[in-house]
Amino acid sequence: MQAILALEDRRVFRGKGYGAKGECYGEVVFNTSITGYQEIFTDPSYAGQIVVLTNPQIGNYGTNAEDNEATRPYIEGLIVREFSKVSSNWRSQQVAEEYLEQFKIPVLADIDTRALVRHLRDNGVMRGVISTMETDVDKLVAKARSIPKMDGTDLAKVVTTNRPYVWDVGERSHEPVEVVGVKDQPERFHVVAYDFGIKQNILRKLRSEGCKVTVVPAQTPAEDVLALKPNGVFLSNGPGDPEPCTYAVDNIRRLMGRQPIFGICLGHQLTGLALGGKTFKLKFGHHGGNHPVKQLNTGKIEITAHNHNFAVDPDSLPQSEVELTHMDLNDSTLEGLRHRNMPLFSVQYHPEAAPGPHDSHYLFKDFVKMMEEWKG
Amino acid sequence: MPKRTDISKILIIGSGPIIIGQSAEFDYSGTQACKALKSEGYEVVLANSNPATIMTDPESADRTYIEPLTREYLEEIIRVEREMSPGAGFAVLPTVGGQTALNLAIELADNGVLDKYNVKLIGANVEAIKKAEDRLFFKDAMQKIGLDVPKSALVNNLKDGLEFAGKIGFPVIVRPSFTLGGSGGGMAYNREELLEVLARGLDFSPVHEALIEESVLGWKEYELEVMRDLKDNVIIICSIENFDPMGVHTGDSITVAPAQTLTDREYQAMRDASIAVIREIGVETGGSNIQFGVHPTTGRMVVIEMNPRVSRSSALASKATGFPIAKIAAKLAVGYTLDEIPNDITRKTPACFEPTLDYVVVKIPKWQFEKFPGADENLGPQMKSVGEVMAIGRTFKEAMMKGVRALDTGKRVGSEKIEPKILTQRLVTPHPERLSYIRYAIRQGHTVKQLAKMTGMDPWFLYQLKEINDMQLEVEKHPMESVPTEVLRDAKRMGFSDGRLAGTWRLSGKGDQEKIRHLRKKHKVKPVYKRVDTCAAEFESYTPYLYSTYEDEDEAPPTTKKKVMILGSGPNRIGQGIEFDYCCCHASFALRDDGYETIMVNCNPETVSTDYDTSDRLYFEPLTFEDVWAIYEHETAAGADVGIIVQFGGQTPLNLALPLKHSGAKIIGTSPESIDLAEDRKRFNKLLEELEIPQAPGAMAASLEEAVEGAQKIGYPVLVRPSYVLGGRAMVIAYDEETVVRYMKEAVEYSQDRPVLIDHFLEDAIEVDVDALSDGEDVVIGGIMQHIEEAGIHSGDSSCVLPAVDIPEHLLDRMREYTFKLARALKVVGLMNVQFAIPRTSMNHVGTVALGRPVERSSAEGKVYVLEVNPRASRTVPYVSKATGIPMAKIASRLMTGRKLREFLPEFIEQRKDLDTGNCYYVKSPVFPWNKFPGVDTVLGPEMKSTGEVMGVADNFGEAFAKAQLAAGQKLPTQGCVFFSVTDHDKLHVAEVARKFVDMGFKLVATAGTADVIEEAGMPCDRVYKVKEGRPHVVDLIKGDRIQLIVNTPAGQEPFFDEKAIRRAAVTARIPTITTLAAARAAAEGIAALQRGEVNVRALQQLHAERVAADGGH
Repeated sequence: MQAILALEDRRVFRGKGYGAKGECYGEVVFNTSITGYQEIFTDPSYAGQIVVLTNPQIGNYGTNAEDNEATRPYIEGLIVREFSKVSSNWRSQQVAEEYLEQFKIPVLADIDTRALVRHLRDNGVMRGVISTMETDVDKLVAKARSIPKMDGTDLAKVVTTNRPYVWDVGERSHEPVEVVGVKDQPERFHVVAYDFGIKQNILRKLRSEGCKVTVVPAQTPAEDVLALKPNGVFLSNGPGDPEPCTYAVDNIRRLMGRQPIFGICLGHQLTGLALGGKTFKLKFGHHGGNHPVKQLNTGKIEITAHNHNFAVDPDSLPQSEVELTHMDLNDSTLEGLRHRNMPLFSVQYHPEAAPGPHDSHYLFKDFVKMMEEWKG
Repeated sequence: MPKRTDISKILIIGSGPIIIGQSAEFDYSGTQACKALKSEGYEVVLANSNPATIMTDPESADRTYIEPLTREYLEEIIRVEREMSPGAGFAVLPTVGGQTALNLAIELADNGVLDKYNVKLIGANVEAIKKAEDRLFFKDAMQKIGLDVPKSALVNNLKDGLEFAGKIGFPVIVRPSFTLGGSGGGMAYNREELLEVLARGLDFSPVHEALIEESVLGWKEYELEVMRDLKDNVIIICSIENFDPMGVHTGDSITVAPAQTLTDREYQAMRDASIAVIREIGVETGGSNIQFGVHPTTGRMVVIEMNPRVSRSSALASKATGFPIAKIAAKLAVGYTLDEIPNDITRKTPACFEPTLDYVVVKIPKWQFEKFPGADENLGPQMKSVGEVMAIGRTFKEAMMKGVRALDTGKRVGSEKIEPKILTQRLVTPHPERLSYIRYAIRQGHTVKQLAKMTGMDPWFLYQLKEINDMQLEVEKHPMESVPTEVLRDAKRMGFSDGRLAGTWRLSGKGDQEKIRHLRKKHKVKPVYKRVDTCAAEFESYTPYLYSTYEDEDEAPPTTKKKVMILGSGPNRIGQGIEFDYCCCHASFALRDDGYETIMVNCNPETVSTDYDTSDRLYFEPLTFEDVWAIYEHETAAGADVGIIVQFGGQTPLNLALPLKHSGAKIIGTSPESIDLAEDRKRFNKLLEELEIPQAPGAMAASLEEAVEGAQKIGYPVLVRPSYVLGGRAMVIAYDEETVVRYMKEAVEYSQDRPVLIDHFLEDAIEVDVDALSDGEDVVIGGIMQHIEEAGIHSGDSSCVLPAVDIPEHLLDRMREYTFKLARALKVVGLMNVQFAIPRTSMNHVGTVALGRPVERSSAEGKVYVLEVNPRASRTVPYVSKATGIPMAKIASRLMTGRKLREFLPEFIEQRKDLDTGNCYYVKSPVFPWNKFPGVDTVLGPEMKSTGEVMGVADNFGEAFAKAQLAAGQKLPTQGCVFFSVTDHDKLHVAEVARKFVDMGFKLVATAGTADVIEEAGMPCDRVYKVKEGRPHVVDLIKGDRIQLIVNTPAGQEPFFDEKAIRRAAVTARIPTITTLAAARAAAEGIAALQRGEVNVRALQQLHAERVAADGGH
């Protein structure tokens, strides 16, 4: 099956189609993680995006029910150098191609993905179309140009849950490798988690740290959250531009100081906005599992998982109230902040990893500690 | 954290000679460490006995001690260095010199040497090293942090071993403590085997201890390369997955980077474990390598072992990712933290990150069992390979196919001999040929599932091989003329070589590959070059570290600068080792300084040449005509003038010289025709005749009859060999017709084009190697090296000394004259090596010449024969360069670009003198891999068997010889009993030599004839039977520890049997064996030096400076 990728700047890549027949549209971004394609497929933060994986061999270990970050894949389309026709791993349940086909996700394979990545790096992320049917480049480019831009688009409200639910699966029940003597903590705190596109591993981590988690829709008013009498509020990751999510910014403002708050990724950006800061779009974002992030108070480095297109401008934050806590060493982007007076902190990267290194798991413990200490 | 200022002087310990398990990778890591620390302003002191390395170049360190790597010599180096700077902060970095350096550091610490001279250890501490290296400590540590390990028990006797094995069930693995490369380890499937393997293992362990371990045979095997800094930042540089499952030493496994069949959860669990391990073991700074086993169906993960230092795997990981582990480790050792060190490749981002790969790397080991008939070729926990290749492709399939062709087996891919009868055995039992058999089995219709079961390999890997086979079948469907572009393109993308396609389409003979190349041109299918950049293109890269692939976009736009392309030597082999890498690096350094853009082509991940900053561009590519030609075409595409250097990389690039030239490439230096002429016996003989240079009588034979007749005419013994040889492959010395007949029938293939060469073997002769520089007009002799071993032993396996110790001046002159003649006749531009033989009759009374004081002989008597001429870099170039202080390879490469010898060495040309070795003697000695191949015949002959070499330096020959012997692991005794058995010719002088030993307090024992002579001279001497005569014979004495030194000068075929038995016993008992009286005298002098208890060390830089000063004084 022939397939084609057309970018809005008329650059075209022709390769072979796998997965579903058809067409998909989105912002084309690249991710440099070596492992964890299944988690990437199912990360809701990728809504509206076509993902290029820089690891050329994808699909090798198949897919399984345990490694999903949501109940379905959220990427619009996938671009890889080689897509394995078979899977091999003791936990594999389904070949990756079948999995994506089941959810009608098209895959473009056998193209020079490195050339595409270099193009995006030099020119910034851009809109694109993958098609296994249309071959007229002009038409495809026109289509790419017609899809809405990521900037200014609120995707959180698109991917969020319809109604609240309680999460009670810890990560231990998922660990493939038993770690001796480690068990989920008993439930000690109640956390309400705003779902802007939440990854399940965040929920598992919270549960493992002893939190009962109630997940609520993105637009749930602050008062409704407080009515659930939580010990803390969690602001999740999610897709799209934070700026149009004014409802979330308002709710965070109303919750600030009243409950311990922890935000990740989009949740961090929304926190930044709620604190009076500004966000901006990065040229090609951070998507990968190898970013060095420095803890500014200790100087220690964490190797972290990233998936963000936008960032909070540190200069826009009121430094008297906000302490900058983490910085990306590759490009000095702000990666974390903490309120000086209120129980509130957030990070731009993904301490829950999945995929990615586990160096930042301590942040979940920090959140629990904050709840412990909060006398509110 | 800024760098430490409490330290100003750092001693780096190298790894010594190249041996199996410790190869060129430690030259790479040591060189990086030297450079990194020097650039930080530290005074770098280096100790390494291996002269063939870049790291022992005088520029690499401030002071370089080419001295034996023993505690005594290191202590002396430390003492001298401490004395030079009494108040300085002084530290030892022991983590870049392999197991050798680590063990020495522990010894120095345990013996109180470090404390005595107030020297700190950096890079690792003693506790951490012991915890990581001692299997029991390690196991405890792992269990403490909740990590799983194979069940095991440490034993120091056979009984306990048997008992424990009975408990956990066979098979079990035996791992001796504190050995390298798994020496002496093995697998036991039953009690009987365990007794044997365990006994050997206990013997090999310096602490007489071995671990009996639950077998994780057939589990998936992984390695992670980890780095940690003083601030406890930990990063993973690379994950490596073994294609061969557990049970095969990782050095003998095909390995793949990054890991291919782990999900993120599993990989991260391994990453977490690695970080926990490095912290628990307490490696505070630097790199470590941690190995894991994963059960293929349950996922149970166990920690196998850890190396608290840089390793072969870290060298591979450095090349696979572009992250220079050793360099960074050195910086971390002096206190920098990872975030303070920039990533050279991206420049803008720090070294504190984890490289990500957008390509696949495959490493394939290179074995040379053909050199060791009788060795057990099955692979197991003890490493047996002598080298490796690495290949980079965008997919596993492409990398694998490139790797296979990079191995340089001399065979066409797919033409391997397969014996269907042993298919099952070859699939089930790990063996060098297993990959060929898997491919054969796939072709025969075996399923991936069946093969996975038999091999234990991951089905994903096997499926990739199946896809390669499917592609092959697809190609076969189309005639070449009508093959669709897409099929051709897909095949090339999968890594099919032009040669393989030519084979598929049954093209044969000359120009077959050319036809495929033209076909590709027609279809517009050509390679592009992509960069290894540590970051999968996320950031711009500034280092052109390149690999070819069949994609759209090229990232190495050709420049228009004048360039030199240097062809490396490929995988390390016996006969083609690190010496050639040294020469290639020197060419690159010199010509870069001269303003050329230098381009390195090589596929050996262990070397300095494949460091991304050795050359302006690095092409990590197989050294085949197709790959090299493609690079040449690419580099000339913008009209640049590109000259290719083929004479530095050994035989591999030489084989490409003529085809490259015929295709229009510009080869610089000595013309390929001249190189070819020197190898073509017929034409070469004619040349020697014209030049009136004597050679041993010889003949050529293209049939059995011709061979027998030729040998008869020449007179036995004869040396028989194929006309084109590599490292003395397939050579024999025949003493009778029967041997010649057997050789012609079994050993070689020959034809009218490639006849067998038969030369008279100069049995009673001294061999000499001469290295020279030539620009076609002027010639300067670099060194005249006198072999210490008898004639007939491959020059690479002989000890030799520089300058020659007892060759009369008129014979030296004759060799000089012949060398000059030959260099001019062959129009040598660059380096040349000539091997001579001097019959002892030419050197009459040489035995009475005092050692080291050659006397002038006026007579014109005596003949010197030319054995062979190699108009190219020889194995001895780095050794001679270090002895003389003149970088011969650098000068040679400049000569190739048209510069003249008069620019560099005018005084040597005018005075017609050789390069100067000052007042010191430099002895080079070989190192053999016998301990890796138990039971193999240890007799030396015309086929090279040594893996590496050492150098001993002293102001007298004896001490230099003793040092070289010691450095090579042969400790000369200071007391005890010397066994003598000498040939009739040597009986004239044996008494004089024996006297030296008696005077030093040794007892003598000898075989009848020799004993007669010794007793006649008035010395007491015990008599012992020859092996054939009866018992107790000499071997019984050796085995009974009653002989400490053997002097056995061989003669002819009759005593051959005895000699074989003696040598084998001596190797097992580690008793030095000396085969010439010259060497025996040298040994006597050396022993005298040892008895005086002198341990003298000299820095190379000091020796060179003294010589220059002395020259200036004239």
